[in-house]
Amino acid sequence: MNETVKKDAMAAPDDVDAKRKKAQRSRNVAIGFCLAAFVIILYVATWAKLGANVMVRPL
Amino acid sequence: MNTSIEKESDFTVSTAMPADYFELLKPGVMRLVVFTAIAGLVIAPGQLHPVLALISILCIAIGAGASGALNMWYDSDIDAVMTRTAKRPIPSGRVSRSEALVFGLVLSFFSIFTLGVIANWLSAGLLAFTIFFYAVVYSMWLKRSTPQNIVIGGAAGAFPPMIGWAVVTNSVTIESLVLFAIIFIWTPPHFWALALFKSGDYASVGIPMMPNVAGNRSTQNQILAYSLLLAPIGFLPYWMGFVGLTYGVVSAVLGAAFVWFAFRCWQMDSDDKIMKPAKRLFAFSILYLFALFGVMILEVAAPNLIARFV
Repeated sequence: MNETVKKDAMAAPDDVDAKRKKAQRSRNVAIGFCLAAFVIILYVATWAKLGANVMVRPL
Repeated sequence: MNTSIEKESDFTVSTAMPADYFELLKPGVMRLVVFTAIAGLVIAPGQLHPVLALISILCIAIGAGASGALNMWYDSDIDAVMTRTAKRPIPSGRVSRSEALVFGLVLSFFSIFTLGVIANWLSAGLLAFTIFFYAVVYSMWLKRSTPQNIVIGGAAGAFPPMIGWAVVTNSVTIESLVLFAIIFIWTPPHFWALALFKSGDYASVGIPMMPNVAGNRSTQNQILAYSLLLAPIGFLPYWMGFVGLTYGVVSAVLGAAFVWFAFRCWQMDSDDKIMKPAKRLFAFSILYLFALFGVMILEVAAPNLIARFV
Protein backbone atom coordinates (compact mmCIF):
# COMPACT_ATOMS: atom_id res chain seq x y z
CA MET A 1 0.00 0.00 0.00
CA ASN A 2 2.64 2.49 1.10
CA GLU A 3 4.87 1.72 -1.88
CA THR A 4 2.09 2.38 -4.34
CA VAL A 5 1.19 5.61 -2.63
CA LYS A 6 4.81 6.73 -2.63
CA LYS A 7 5.16 5.81 -6.31
CA ASP A 8 1.89 7.58 -7.04
CA ALA A 9 3.07 10.62 -5.15
CA MET A 10 6.26 10.75 -7.22
CA ALA A 11 4.45 10.33 -10.55
CA ALA A 12 2.88 13.28 -12.32
CA PRO A 13 -0.74 13.86 -11.19
CA ASP A 14 -2.04 13.34 -14.74
CA ASP A 15 -0.31 9.94 -14.96
CA VAL A 16 -1.84 8.85 -11.68
CA ASP A 17 -5.25 10.05 -12.76
CA ALA A 18 -5.00 8.23 -16.09
CA LYS A 19 -3.85 5.06 -14.35
CA ARG A 20 -6.73 5.23 -11.89
CA LYS A 21 -9.27 5.91 -14.62
CA LYS A 22 -7.96 3.03 -16.71
CA ALA A 23 -8.15 0.68 -13.69
CA GLN A 24 -11.65 1.89 -12.86
CA ARG A 25 -12.81 1.28 -16.45
CA SER A 26 -11.32 -2.24 -16.48
CA ARG A 27 -13.05 -3.02 -13.20
CA ASN A 28 -16.36 -1.70 -14.49
CA VAL A 29 -16.10 -3.85 -17.61
CA ALA A 30 -15.24 -6.90 -15.47
CA ILE A 31 -18.21 -6.27 -13.14
CA GLY A 32 -20.45 -5.86 -16.19
CA PHE A 33 -19.27 -9.17 -17.60
CA CYS A 34 -19.81 -10.92 -14.26
CA LEU A 35 -23.33 -9.54 -13.88
CA ALA A 36 -24.22 -10.54 -17.45
CA ALA A 37 -22.75 -14.00 -16.84
CA PHE A 38 -24.77 -14.33 -13.64
CA VAL A 39 -28.01 -13.49 -15.44
CA ILE A 40 -27.22 -15.94 -18.26
CA ILE A 41 -26.32 -18.65 -15.74
CA LEU A 42 -29.64 -18.29 -13.91
CA TYR A 43 -31.53 -18.21 -17.23
CA VAL A 44 -29.82 -21.33 -18.60
CA ALA A 45 -30.11 -23.11 -15.25
CA THR A 46 -33.85 -22.44 -15.15
CA TRP A 47 -34.27 -24.08 -18.55
CA ALA A 48 -32.02 -27.00 -17.59
CA LYS A 49 -33.88 -27.54 -14.32
CA LEU A 50 -37.44 -27.07 -15.47
CA GLY A 51 -37.30 -27.56 -19.23
CA ALA A 52 -40.74 -27.25 -20.78
CA ASN A 53 -42.26 -27.31 -17.28
CA VAL A 54 -41.26 -23.68 -16.98
CA MET A 55 -44.56 -22.95 -18.69
CA VAL A 56 -46.58 -25.11 -16.29
CA ARG A 57 -47.77 -22.76 -13.58
CA PRO A 58 -51.04 -21.30 -12.35
CA LEU A 59 -51.93 -18.16 -14.23
CA MET B 1 3.75 14.16 4.10
CA ASN B 2 3.36 10.43 3.79
CA THR B 3 0.55 10.30 6.30
CA SER B 4 -1.43 12.92 4.46
CA ILE B 5 -0.94 11.05 1.19
CA GLU B 6 -2.03 7.81 2.86
CA LYS B 7 -5.09 9.52 4.31
CA GLU B 8 -5.85 11.05 0.94
CA SER B 9 -5.39 7.70 -0.75
CA ASP B 10 -8.25 6.27 1.31
CA PHE B 11 -10.60 8.50 -0.61
CA THR B 12 -9.10 8.19 -4.09
CA VAL B 13 -9.99 5.68 -6.78
CA SER B 14 -8.18 2.36 -6.51
CA THR B 15 -5.67 1.30 -9.16
CA ALA B 16 -6.48 -2.41 -8.75
CA MET B 17 -7.03 -4.28 -12.01
CA PRO B 18 -9.44 -7.22 -12.44
CA ALA B 19 -6.44 -9.58 -12.59
CA ASP B 20 -5.46 -8.49 -9.07
CA TYR B 21 -8.88 -9.51 -7.80
CA PHE B 22 -8.61 -12.81 -9.63
CA GLU B 23 -5.33 -13.42 -7.82
CA LEU B 24 -7.18 -13.00 -4.51
CA LEU B 25 -9.10 -16.17 -5.38
CA LYS B 26 -5.90 -18.26 -5.12
CA PRO B 27 -6.27 -19.86 -8.58
CA GLY B 28 -3.76 -22.59 -7.74
CA VAL B 29 -5.80 -23.82 -4.78
CA MET B 30 -8.99 -23.39 -6.81
CA ARG B 31 -7.66 -25.81 -9.44
CA LEU B 32 -7.34 -28.58 -6.85
CA VAL B 33 -10.75 -27.76 -5.39
CA VAL B 34 -12.40 -27.89 -8.82
CA PHE B 35 -10.67 -31.13 -9.67
CA THR B 36 -11.68 -32.93 -6.47
CA ALA B 37 -15.22 -31.51 -6.61
CA ILE B 38 -15.62 -32.80 -10.17
CA ALA B 39 -14.48 -36.23 -8.96
CA GLY B 40 -17.13 -36.26 -6.22
CA LEU B 41 -19.76 -35.13 -8.68
CA VAL B 42 -18.82 -37.61 -11.40
CA ILE B 43 -18.62 -40.75 -9.27
CA ALA B 44 -21.75 -40.01 -7.24
CA PRO B 45 -24.66 -42.28 -8.13
CA GLY B 46 -27.50 -40.50 -9.89
CA GLN B 47 -28.23 -38.21 -12.79
CA LEU B 48 -27.55 -34.52 -13.13
CA HIS B 49 -28.04 -32.24 -16.13
CA PRO B 50 -24.56 -31.37 -17.50
CA VAL B 51 -25.36 -27.65 -17.45
CA LEU B 52 -26.36 -27.82 -13.79
CA ALA B 53 -23.21 -29.85 -13.05
CA LEU B 54 -21.08 -27.19 -14.74
CA ILE B 55 -22.72 -24.33 -12.85
CA SER B 56 -22.42 -26.23 -9.56
CA ILE B 57 -18.69 -26.72 -10.11
CA LEU B 58 -18.37 -23.01 -10.90
CA CYS B 59 -20.15 -22.18 -7.63
CA ILE B 60 -17.84 -24.46 -5.64
CA ALA B 61 -14.79 -22.92 -7.36
CA ILE B 62 -15.94 -19.36 -6.66
CA GLY B 63 -16.86 -20.24 -3.07
CA ALA B 64 -13.38 -21.68 -2.58
CA GLY B 65 -11.90 -18.56 -4.20
CA ALA B 66 -13.94 -16.35 -1.89
CA SER B 67 -12.53 -18.12 1.14
CA GLY B 68 -9.05 -17.52 -0.33
CA ALA B 69 -9.80 -13.80 -0.58
CA LEU B 70 -11.02 -13.74 3.04
CA ASN B 71 -7.86 -15.58 4.07
CA MET B 72 -5.69 -13.01 2.27
CA TRP B 73 -7.65 -10.20 3.92
CA TYR B 74 -7.03 -11.59 7.39
CA ASP B 75 -3.44 -12.73 6.81
CA SER B 76 -2.13 -9.66 4.95
CA ASP B 77 0.15 -8.74 7.88
CA ILE B 78 2.04 -12.04 7.84
CA ASP B 79 1.85 -12.39 4.04
CA ALA B 80 3.88 -9.19 3.77
CA VAL B 81 6.75 -10.76 5.73
CA MET B 82 6.96 -14.24 4.18
CA THR B 83 8.86 -14.48 0.86
CA ARG B 84 6.35 -17.00 -0.53
CA THR B 85 3.41 -14.61 -0.05
CA ALA B 86 4.93 -11.11 -0.17
CA LYS B 87 3.85 -10.57 -3.79
CA ARG B 88 0.17 -11.24 -3.12
CA PRO B 89 -2.22 -8.40 -4.07
CA ILE B 90 -2.66 -6.92 -0.58
CA PRO B 91 0.95 -6.89 0.70
CA SER B 92 2.18 -5.62 -2.67
CA GLY B 93 -0.28 -2.73 -2.41
CA ARG B 94 -2.43 -3.51 -5.46
CA VAL B 95 -5.64 -4.21 -3.52
CA SER B 96 -6.64 -2.77 -0.15
CA ARG B 97 -7.71 -4.95 2.77
CA SER B 98 -11.26 -3.64 2.81
CA GLU B 99 -11.63 -4.29 -0.93
CA ALA B 100 -10.52 -7.88 -0.43
CA LEU B 101 -12.94 -8.35 2.48
CA VAL B 102 -15.94 -7.04 0.54
CA PHE B 103 -14.92 -9.04 -2.54
CA GLY B 104 -14.68 -12.25 -0.46
CA LEU B 105 -18.02 -11.68 1.28
CA VAL B 106 -19.91 -10.83 -1.92
CA LEU B 107 -18.55 -13.86 -3.76
CA SER B 108 -19.30 -16.10 -0.76
CA PHE B 109 -22.91 -14.97 -0.73
CA PHE B 110 -23.48 -15.36 -4.47
CA SER B 111 -21.75 -18.75 -4.74
CA ILE B 112 -23.70 -20.21 -1.79
CA PHE B 113 -27.01 -18.73 -2.92
CA THR B 114 -26.60 -19.89 -6.53
CA LEU B 115 -25.56 -23.41 -5.51
CA GLY B 116 -28.58 -23.63 -3.21
CA VAL B 117 -30.99 -22.57 -5.93
CA ILE B 118 -29.39 -24.60 -8.73
CA ALA B 119 -28.48 -27.83 -6.90
CA ASN B 120 -29.75 -28.21 -3.33
CA TRP B 121 -29.41 -26.51 0.03
CA LEU B 122 -27.38 -29.34 1.58
CA SER B 123 -24.51 -28.75 -0.85
CA ALA B 124 -24.92 -24.97 -0.40
CA GLY B 125 -24.76 -25.47 3.38
CA LEU B 126 -21.60 -27.56 3.02
CA LEU B 127 -20.05 -24.85 0.83
CA ALA B 128 -20.97 -22.19 3.42
CA PHE B 129 -19.45 -24.31 6.17
CA THR B 130 -16.28 -24.82 4.09
CA ILE B 131 -15.86 -21.05 3.62
CA PHE B 132 -16.53 -20.45 7.31
CA PHE B 133 -14.12 -23.21 8.31
CA TYR B 134 -11.28 -21.88 6.12
CA ALA B 135 -11.76 -18.18 6.82
CA VAL B 136 -12.70 -18.27 10.50
CA VAL B 137 -11.69 -21.59 12.09
CA TYR B 138 -8.42 -22.00 10.18
CA SER B 139 -7.26 -18.47 9.25
CA MET B 140 -8.46 -16.53 12.29
CA TRP B 141 -8.11 -19.13 14.99
CA LEU B 142 -6.02 -22.25 14.37
CA LYS B 143 -3.29 -20.94 12.07
CA ARG B 144 -1.70 -18.66 14.64
CA SER B 145 -2.42 -20.66 17.76
CA THR B 146 -1.54 -24.34 17.35
CA PRO B 147 0.91 -26.56 15.42
CA GLN B 148 -2.11 -28.75 14.63
CA ASN B 149 -3.40 -25.85 12.47
CA ILE B 150 -3.19 -27.61 9.13
CA VAL B 151 -4.34 -30.97 10.53
CA ILE B 152 -7.72 -29.57 11.58
CA GLY B 153 -7.73 -26.79 8.97
CA GLY B 154 -7.17 -29.43 6.30
CA ALA B 155 -10.86 -30.23 6.60
CA ALA B 156 -11.63 -27.08 4.61
CA GLY B 157 -9.71 -28.45 1.64
CA ALA B 158 -11.29 -31.87 2.07
CA PHE B 159 -14.92 -30.76 1.72
CA PRO B 160 -15.09 -30.09 -2.08
CA PRO B 161 -15.54 -33.74 -3.23
CA MET B 162 -18.17 -34.12 -0.52
CA ILE B 163 -19.96 -31.04 -1.88
CA GLY B 164 -19.72 -32.45 -5.41
CA TRP B 165 -21.26 -35.71 -4.17
CA ALA B 166 -24.02 -33.83 -2.31
CA VAL B 167 -24.85 -31.82 -5.44
CA VAL B 168 -25.91 -35.05 -7.16
CA THR B 169 -27.29 -37.12 -4.28
CA ASN B 170 -28.47 -34.44 -1.83
CA SER B 171 -26.87 -36.54 0.90
CA VAL B 172 -23.68 -37.20 2.83
CA THR B 173 -22.78 -40.87 2.67
CA ILE B 174 -19.90 -43.09 3.77
CA GLU B 175 -18.44 -42.91 0.24
CA SER B 176 -18.25 -39.13 0.31
CA LEU B 177 -16.73 -39.32 3.79
CA VAL B 178 -13.99 -41.56 2.36
CA LEU B 179 -13.25 -38.94 -0.32
CA PHE B 180 -13.11 -36.37 2.47
CA ALA B 181 -10.75 -38.60 4.49
CA ILE B 182 -8.30 -39.00 1.59
CA ILE B 183 -7.68 -35.23 1.37
CA PHE B 184 -7.90 -34.75 5.14
CA ILE B 185 -5.14 -37.30 5.84
CA TRP B 186 -3.13 -36.16 2.79
CA THR B 187 -2.94 -32.55 4.02
CA PRO B 188 -0.53 -32.92 7.01
CA PRO B 189 2.29 -34.73 5.16
CA HIS B 190 1.82 -32.37 2.20
CA PHE B 191 2.05 -29.17 4.24
CA TRP B 192 4.62 -30.40 6.74
CA ALA B 193 6.94 -31.36 3.88
CA LEU B 194 6.63 -27.74 2.72
CA ALA B 195 6.99 -26.43 6.28
CA LEU B 196 10.24 -28.40 6.70
CA PHE B 197 12.05 -26.49 3.97
CA LYS B 198 10.17 -23.22 4.58
CA SER B 199 10.34 -23.30 8.39
CA GLY B 200 12.38 -20.06 8.48
CA ASP B 201 9.56 -18.24 6.69
CA TYR B 202 6.90 -19.42 9.14
CA ALA B 203 9.13 -18.79 12.17
CA SER B 204 9.76 -15.19 11.06
CA VAL B 205 6.05 -14.38 11.36
CA GLY B 206 5.38 -16.50 14.45
CA ILE B 207 3.17 -19.12 12.79
CA PRO B 208 3.44 -22.25 14.94
CA MET B 209 4.09 -24.79 12.19
CA MET B 210 5.06 -28.27 13.37
CA PRO B 211 8.83 -28.01 12.57
CA ASN B 212 9.11 -24.75 14.55
CA VAL B 213 7.23 -26.07 17.56
CA ALA B 214 8.03 -29.79 17.79
CA GLY B 215 11.25 -29.80 15.76
CA ASN B 216 12.17 -31.35 12.43
CA ARG B 217 12.62 -34.90 13.78
CA SER B 218 9.15 -35.03 15.30
CA THR B 219 7.67 -33.59 12.09
CA GLN B 220 9.45 -36.23 10.01
CA ASN B 221 8.04 -38.95 12.29
CA GLN B 222 4.54 -37.58 11.97
CA ILE B 223 4.82 -37.24 8.19
CA LEU B 224 5.70 -40.93 8.00
CA ALA B 225 2.83 -41.89 10.33
CA TYR B 226 0.27 -39.94 8.29
CA SER B 227 1.64 -41.41 5.06
CA LEU B 228 1.24 -44.94 6.41
CA LEU B 229 -2.37 -44.05 7.20
CA LEU B 230 -2.95 -42.36 3.84
CA ALA B 231 -1.91 -45.29 1.63
CA PRO B 232 -4.72 -47.66 2.81
CA ILE B 233 -7.30 -44.84 2.96
CA GLY B 234 -6.43 -43.96 -0.63
CA PHE B 235 -7.18 -47.60 -1.53
CA LEU B 236 -10.54 -47.63 0.32
CA PRO B 237 -12.72 -46.42 -2.61
CA TYR B 238 -11.73 -49.51 -4.59
CA TRP B 239 -12.04 -51.81 -1.58
CA MET B 240 -15.54 -50.46 -0.92
CA GLY B 241 -16.42 -50.98 -4.56
CA PHE B 242 -17.48 -47.53 -5.70
CA VAL B 243 -14.58 -47.14 -8.13
CA GLY B 244 -12.99 -49.67 -10.51
CA LEU B 245 -9.86 -51.76 -10.79
CA THR B 246 -7.79 -49.08 -12.57
CA TYR B 247 -8.19 -46.83 -9.55
CA GLY B 248 -7.37 -49.77 -7.27
CA VAL B 249 -4.06 -50.42 -9.04
CA VAL B 250 -3.11 -46.73 -9.34
CA SER B 251 -3.95 -45.96 -5.70
CA ALA B 252 -1.98 -49.00 -4.48
CA VAL B 253 1.11 -48.09 -6.51
CA LEU B 254 0.99 -44.37 -5.71
CA GLY B 255 0.20 -45.09 -2.05
CA ALA B 256 3.32 -47.26 -1.82
CA ALA B 257 5.32 -44.54 -3.60
CA PHE B 258 3.99 -41.94 -1.13
CA VAL B 259 5.16 -44.06 1.80
CA TRP B 260 8.55 -44.46 0.08
CA PHE B 261 8.97 -40.69 -0.37
CA ALA B 262 7.86 -40.16 3.24
CA PHE B 263 10.36 -42.81 4.35
CA ARG B 264 13.17 -41.03 2.45
CA CYS B 265 12.08 -37.80 4.14
CA TRP B 266 12.11 -39.59 7.52
CA GLN B 267 15.68 -40.81 6.83
CA MET B 268 16.80 -37.27 6.04
CA ASP B 269 19.15 -35.62 8.52
CA SER B 270 17.05 -33.21 10.62
CA ASP B 271 19.69 -30.51 10.18
CA ASP B 272 19.80 -30.92 6.40
CA LYS B 273 20.01 -27.47 4.82
CA ILE B 274 18.81 -28.33 1.30
CA MET B 275 16.10 -30.84 2.34
CA LYS B 276 15.81 -32.48 -1.06
CA PRO B 277 13.75 -35.46 0.22
CA ALA B 278 11.18 -33.07 1.76
CA LYS B 279 10.96 -31.11 -1.50
CA ARG B 280 10.50 -34.34 -3.45
CA LEU B 281 7.76 -35.50 -1.07
CA PHE B 282 6.00 -32.14 -1.41
CA ALA B 283 6.10 -32.32 -5.22
CA PHE B 284 4.98 -35.96 -5.25
CA SER B 285 2.11 -35.29 -2.83
CA ILE B 286 0.55 -32.89 -5.37
CA LEU B 287 0.95 -35.45 -8.15
CA TYR B 288 -0.55 -38.12 -5.87
CA LEU B 289 -3.78 -36.27 -5.22
CA PHE B 290 -4.21 -35.15 -8.84
CA ALA B 291 -3.57 -38.69 -10.09
CA LEU B 292 -5.98 -40.33 -7.62
CA PHE B 293 -8.89 -38.02 -8.36
CA GLY B 294 -7.96 -37.88 -12.07
CA VAL B 295 -8.22 -41.65 -12.38
CA MET B 296 -11.54 -41.59 -10.50
CA ILE B 297 -12.93 -39.13 -13.05
CA LEU B 298 -11.50 -40.92 -16.09
CA GLU B 299 -12.67 -44.33 -14.98
CA VAL B 300 -16.27 -43.17 -14.78
CA ALA B 301 -16.25 -40.59 -17.57
CA ALA B 302 -14.23 -42.46 -20.22
CA PRO B 303 -16.69 -45.38 -20.79
CA ASN B 304 -19.60 -42.90 -21.02
CA LEU B 305 -17.73 -40.75 -23.54
CA ILE B 306 -16.69 -43.79 -25.58
CA ALA B 307 -20.27 -45.11 -25.57
CA ARG B 308 -21.54 -41.75 -26.72
CA PHE B 309 -19.09 -41.09 -29.53
CA VAL B 310 -18.05 -44.55 -30.81
